[in-house]
Amino acid sequence: MATMQSRNLARMMLFPSVVLLLAWMIVPLCMTLYFSFLDYNLLTPGSEEFIGFLNYEFFLTDPAFFASFFNTLLLVGGVLLITICGGIGLAILLDQAIWGRNYVRIMVLAPFFVMPTVSALVWKNMLMNPVNGLFAHFAIWIGVEPVDFFAQVPLLSIIIIVSWQWLPFAALILLTSIQSLDREQLEAADLDGAGPFSKFIYIVMPHLSRAITAVILIETIFLLSIFAEILVTTSGGPGYASTNLTYLIYTQSLLQFDVGGGSAGGIVAVIIANIVAIFLMRLIGKNLED
Amino acid sequence: MGSITLKQVTKTFGDVNVIKPIDLQIHDGEFIVFVGPSGCGKSTLLRMIAGLEDTTSGNIDIDGQDATNTPPAKRGLAMVFQSYALYPHMSVRNNIAFPLKRAKMPPAEIEAKIASAAKILNLGDYLDRKPGQLSGGQRQRVAIGRAIVRQPSAFLFDEPLSNLDASLRVNMRLEISELHKTLDTTMIYVTHDQVEAMTMADRIAVFNAGVIEQVGTPLELYQTPINRFVAGFIGSPKMNFIEVEAVDGDPTSCVGVRPEHLKVTQDKGLWTGKVGVIEHLGSETFLHIHVDGVGPLTLKADGDCPLKYGDDVNLTAPQNKIMHFDAAGKTLPATPFSGN
Repeated sequence: MATMQSRNLARMMLFPSVVLLLAWMIVPLCMTLYFSFLDYNLLTPGSEEFIGFLNYEFFLTDPAFFASFFNTLLLVGGVLLITICGGIGLAILLDQAIWGRNYVRIMVLAPFFVMPTVSALVWKNMLMNPVNGLFAHFAIWIGVEPVDFFAQVPLLSIIIIVSWQWLPFAALILLTSIQSLDREQLEAADLDGAGPFSKFIYIVMPHLSRAITAVILIETIFLLSIFAEILVTTSGGPGYASTNLTYLIYTQSLLQFDVGGGSAGGIVAVIIANIVAIFLMRLIGKNLED
Repeated sequence: MGSITLKQVTKTFGDVNVIKPIDLQIHDGEFIVFVGPSGCGKSTLLRMIAGLEDTTSGNIDIDGQDATNTPPAKRGLAMVFQSYALYPHMSVRNNIAFPLKRAKMPPAEIEAKIASAAKILNLGDYLDRKPGQLSGGQRQRVAIGRAIVRQPSAFLFDEPLSNLDASLRVNMRLEISELHKTLDTTMIYVTHDQVEAMTMADRIAVFNAGVIEQVGTPLELYQTPINRFVAGFIGSPKMNFIEVEAVDGDPTSCVGVRPEHLKVTQDKGLWTGKVGVIEHLGSETFLHIHVDGVGPLTLKADGDCPLKYGDDVNLTAPQNKIMHFDAAGKTLPATPFSGN
């Protein structure tokens, strides 16, 4: 990228994809923004009219909004916590020289390739089902009452399912990071008298901090919009106990046919996502520099 | 105290014998250099002494105590790695303090030790920088600083200068030698560079394919190498080897002459050849001379050598500087040599 020609050439070659990306992003965003100011209900077609910020007022004062807002934060935070702690543990295990290590690594990655609806259904019907599920059988076998996961702890159940899906991703990123750690540093720490725990705290963890940052940023983007797992398991219930913002917007616009209200919710979600993004970048983004 | 004794030490990786049985006595306060071509086992032996590699058989005694199975931290040794192995996220100060903090030393004492190490190694200005902000030579000093604050009974250096540029290497060589004189601690230094070995060592151990070929002071190795390998490895440029035809009653199969002992003569010498490439270094000149039936010979001449490419020259060497080797490469007692 040294000369003027190569810079201009690079810009020209980037141009089509930038235009495409902008169109893909800007057009739906503008349409959503436009709908969010309309009284637009699919049950009364043709009666759209401009109602200002009324949609926003309704959406933001809806008790379901606060419930789903906190559910979203809990869902994102819970999954991040589990996948990063579990991911570090798995990465350290997978880094050990064990027989058939390559096969184990592929196996560990498997959940990431299962589509969300399928894995949620497997969890719902085969594992967490209070009558036929594996967990219920196990509970009966040790003599306690089976837990009805989706009725008693709906949000936690969804956190567990989503964590299971994202754990391999975190483990893989952290594993590659661990593998890039200079072995001589660990040997130097050995000679310096650091035990396994000290080595983990003072050598491995600081080395992993950049990878952890990347995992947090990438996962947050995807976790803010978790939808399929909720749809096929709890449908947001009981009540609003497992409704997140994405799911609330879906109920608003497609179950209640209120396109205007749903669009307002969508814009609110975009703003919240941006706040979270700015917050995250401020908090941990400096780890990615240099 | 820092005497280390290796008794019949071996190391195998799978089926490969990396270290064949080695016996070596390293005296307290000595600067010993392990030198040899890459893959000869010198670094592995150093890592075994440090405790980073298991010893397959044999014993390693440190200060008279059997330390063969002692964990690295308990051996009282400090190591400087080729890559320096500084902790990148810690400041220089914390890097140096790390082993002391692990040893639960009181903070005031740690501060005092850091200050004294910084003074010895001229690190005062960099104490609060990260290793990434330092040059190669400075990182090297920090790595040495981290080693000296522990007051080890011996220092282990694993090719510490190989990542530095040539002029810095010369400086650091001096600094490490100086440090050895100041601290008066045993140092084991691994290198593949025979110049480093010659300039720094009290004694040199020449390694080849997992065995020690010869141990001795630099001048012993230079003047009386016990075999062709040591003769060829010590000295720069390399010794010239000239294969000779076997004569009844003389086991000599090869003679060796160092470039600095080869002379151009007006009389009929031992060999005649044509001057090839000439390397002028200013203070001296290296001539590459093609001798028919012998191959290229290197000759070290004065800086103002008048010879030119393509000149015909007669070469000779003092009889007492010509070394004789038998078919197995062992050095033979000198006998008069009259050319081939």
